[in-house]
Amino acid sequence: MTPSSADYDYIRRLVQDHSAIMLEAGKEYLLGLRLQGLMTRHGCADIPALVQKLRSDRSGALSREVVEAMTNNETSFFRDLHPFETLRKVIVPELIRRRAAERTLDIWCGASSSGQEIYSVALTLREHFPELVNWRLNIVSTDLSREMVQRGRDGRYSQIEVNRGLPAMLLVKYFERSGMDYYVKPDIRRMVDFRELNLNGPWSGVPSRLDIVFMRNVLIYFEDAVKRRILAKVHDLLRPDGYLFLGGSETTLNLEDRLEQVQLERTRCFRRRH
Amino acid sequence: MGKRALVIDDSRAMRRVIANILTERGFEVLEAENGQVALDQLEANPGIEVALVDWNMPVMNGYDFIKAVRAQPKYARLTMMMVTTETEMSQVVRALAAGANEYVMKPFTADALVEKLELLGLL
Ligand SMILES: C[S@@+](CC[C@H](N)C(=O)[O-])C[C@H]1O[C@@H](n2cnc3c(N)ncnc32)[C@H](O)[C@@H]1O
Ligand SMILES: [Mg+2]
Repeated sequence: MTPSSADYDYIRRLVQDHSAIMLEAGKEYLLGLRLQGLMTRHGCADIPALVQKLRSDRSGALSREVVEAMTNNETSFFRDLHPFETLRKVIVPELIRRRAAERTLDIWCGASSSGQEIYSVALTLREHFPELVNWRLNIVSTDLSREMVQRGRDGRYSQIEVNRGLPAMLLVKYFERSGMDYYVKPDIRRMVDFRELNLNGPWSGVPSRLDIVFMRNVLIYFEDAVKRRILAKVHDLLRPDGYLFLGGSETTLNLEDRLEQVQLERTRCFRRRH
Repeated sequence: MGKRALVIDDSRAMRRVIANILTERGFEVLEAENGQVALDQLEANPGIEVALVDWNMPVMNGYDFIKAVRAQPKYARLTMMMVTTETEMSQVVRALAAGANEYVMKPFTADALVEKLELLGLL
């Protein structure tokens, strides 16, 4: 049976209601592609069969799976590189001075996919700031996708993944190989607290006074009203001298005027306007 | 004129793949099919900034090439990136200890190679 536009609309609405992700109209083929594995697992021959199952999905488990399957989880270690350079050269040294009395840093990664981004932060801290050993580092990493959160927690990466953006020096120092994969060593893994969190829902477990927020390459999937709501919440949780990182094509401009853009080295970050 | 790169691999197909990625990024690319030829190329072509080095090659392998280069102070500023099917952690350690600046495991994507060049400040 060929899927009707009502079937597509049903899935589009399901995904948007739950995750706020807007699926572009006209990309129906993509939908089929992303859902193929899931449909096979659940014995659905086609999209109409899947939609029929979804309509009677009382527990919400299948709906959730569909939503997760529609997320784009593209990421890599030290993605774009310059945010991490700025972190190392400017932001962390500055925060170490400013927090010398409290000796605490609260860091949140709000769409961490399979974990490469937050491990890049953790590795930067561990490799370049030995003075932080006696600090309380509260590093929370969250994502909508249960599978991605578990991957981050496992800290297990394929050859293809460690090939991408991870300096070889850091690979040999902080990873160990087992079978075909490379594992983040336990003392780095223990630095990060991985949890499920839907940015489009209540934010439980997010530290309430944040020094550094990474929320990169996720707002692009949302409509402006959702972006506004999320950025307003980030503003409220960010400390007056804290920093927000967005993806290269994302901004607060015309969305949250209480956050202003600052150019630090090669990177654009955002802070509370004073 | 773009930066000069030397691609060292005994597989002609692999040299082409790497050379294409590099020329697309504005590099001027020279090629060598083993470490010995690569040493001659370095000698004959001043101004090579980066060498992409396969490990397993006849005549002189990439590991010996890197050691030979690092033994010569005049090449101190040459950046070297191992590009190899060797994926054991111990091999990565050996390559770095011998003087490689980065390491890419085959098979790799163009993105991976480009990201490593960025890490090395070459892009
Ligand atoms: C393209 S990845 C970005 C990963 C990483 N931040 C980076 O820049 O490399 C987007 C991630 O956002 C997550 N995501 C999408 N909608 C979300 C939502 N409503 N709440 C939390 N995470 C969400 C997806 O699961 C996916 O892992
Ligand atoms: Mg070879």
